[in-house]
Amino acid sequence: MAQATAFYLTGLIMNASRFSGLLLVAPAVLFIAGLFVYPLSYSFIDAFTVAGDAADAGTRFSLANFVLAFELYGDDIVFTVLIVSLSAVLIASGAILIGGYITLGTNRFLVNAVRILYRWPLFIPFIVAAQCMRTFLAKNGLMNGVLIEMGMLTPLETTGFLDWRGIVITFVWKQLPFVALLVTGAMASLDRAGIEAARDLGAGRLRILWQIVVPQVMPTLIVALVLSIVTMMSVLSVPVMISGHSPTMMTVQMAFRVNAYHDYGTANALGVISYLITGLVAWIYLRRGVAGKGGEK
Amino acid sequence: MTQASFWQNQAQAPKQTLAARIGDLAGGGIMGALAVGFCILLLAIAIFGPLTNLLLWTVAEQWYFPHTFPARYGFDFWARVFHPDGNAFVSLRYSLVIAVLTVIFCLSLAIPAGYALARLALPARALILLVFLVPQAFPNIPVHINIARVFYQLDLHGTVGAVVLVHTLHGMVYAVWIATAAFGAVDKTLEEAARDIGAGPIRTFFTITLPSAMPGIIASAIFVFLESLDEFTGTYFVGAPEITTLPMLMFRAGMEGNYQVASITALVLLVPSVLFMIVVERFLRADVLAAVGR
Repeated sequence: MAQATAFYLTGLIMNASRFSGLLLVAPAVLFIAGLFVYPLSYSFIDAFTVAGDAADAGTRFSLANFVLAFELYGDDIVFTVLIVSLSAVLIASGAILIGGYITLGTNRFLVNAVRILYRWPLFIPFIVAAQCMRTFLAKNGLMNGVLIEMGMLTPLETTGFLDWRGIVITFVWKQLPFVALLVTGAMASLDRAGIEAARDLGAGRLRILWQIVVPQVMPTLIVALVLSIVTMMSVLSVPVMISGHSPTMMTVQMAFRVNAYHDYGTANALGVISYLITGLVAWIYLRRGVAGKGGEK
Repeated sequence: MTQASFWQNQAQAPKQTLAARIGDLAGGGIMGALAVGFCILLLAIAIFGPLTNLLLWTVAEQWYFPHTFPARYGFDFWARVFHPDGNAFVSLRYSLVIAVLTVIFCLSLAIPAGYALARLALPARALILLVFLVPQAFPNIPVHINIARVFYQLDLHGTVGAVVLVHTLHGMVYAVWIATAAFGAVDKTLEEAARDIGAGPIRTFFTITLPSAMPGIIASAIFVFLESLDEFTGTYFVGAPEITTLPMLMFRAGMEGNYQVASITALVLLVPSVLFMIVVERFLRADVLAAVGR
């Protein structure tokens, strides 16, 4: 009897805690629903509908917005994918090298130098980074000026980097510290025994990095890269300020479509395409995440 | 590794170390150290070159081709930007008010949620955590475009409230995830001890759990503050042209070709960011950082 009562009470408390838990989470979740899910649904609805034929016909399902989006902005879509991919590859390589050097480097002075250096751009806003790069990388900017002073370039050889290269440079400059910070953190919490064992067996540092350290921090690296890729797909200021002329990134064209033409249909079609691109990347991450969690707990 | 090879290796170890240690101390030989040092120098130039450029622009009164460096230095533009009737003060006030309101609103949603996610039995906990990440997993320009349209309909467009709501949406994932990790890292035995000596759950929360999680909460507050201070895209869609935060001011000056004003505004935005970068590790301990998103 007493046991049954205790059992019942425990159940009640569990339920109460579950209920209060939901109650505590609810405001935050509702906020996301109202400010994200609701506008997001508009984005899909607008992308797939056009105004009906008659003036009062309302809207009807159509793929016309996508046809127009590909026709007008096909180049920009390809351009966006290439820029983001190239930036992601450079960021990943840089983060592994920086994290690897901090984890495996033995010269304490140099390791500390890297540790202090690499994270400077971390909290610098994109818009500030864009402004820095805009003047730094220009044809007559500081970079070319200094290279000329040093005799490494002649004034006739200078070219401005304010095109796709400028965008990639700005993205890598700004996002590398973020990914490197997470990767370095993951590397620091690794079990040193495996690394020491490999070192005792005479493995070189690059081999240790590639065969022992990188596979173990892969989940962290992928999460950081996915977040970075979505960020790069969302930034308006960098492409606008570095290189606004065509072909440019999809973000610029979406804003242009809305500001210049009030054309929400095409802008949202471009939006849905950019969701699909990042969705593909996130799907890869989720598959890895599920595989990793299964082994972990 | 088998037992035998392990011992064999141990026996060999002293012989190897003398040469290896010297090599390792120098980071793979003197040449290695020099090569690494050179790479670090390049890294430093890549990082600080663009920043130096920005600093030069803030004090350049005249800078034109073919001058590598400014032709004349001075603080004339500073006086113009920080003129009491200038745009900078209006923008600064907008930025600070919006950032503070965003932090308050965001944390009031995130602290209860983070506590529940870390400590209470929740159905579909992983899914709920994921819900907060989802806004970060979508490119946000189309979302901003549609938020702006909804705000137009609600007559919210171009108000401080609209911008605070959008900034809160951005800060939410940091706030909830870091709060969850911070609450998760609080030593459970402390809470249990408090409960054992008769403290109620609410008292335990305010005297034990919240203070222990405070460094993480502060870190998330700073994250949210900076996110709001630096936010451009959302403000551009839901606030412009009425709400001129510092990034909006900077963008406008930059696009108008007024590099001095843009650079001075950028520098003002940089100061809090750099300060935070220097202190971030004090607030965000490695165990909390490693637990983010778990």
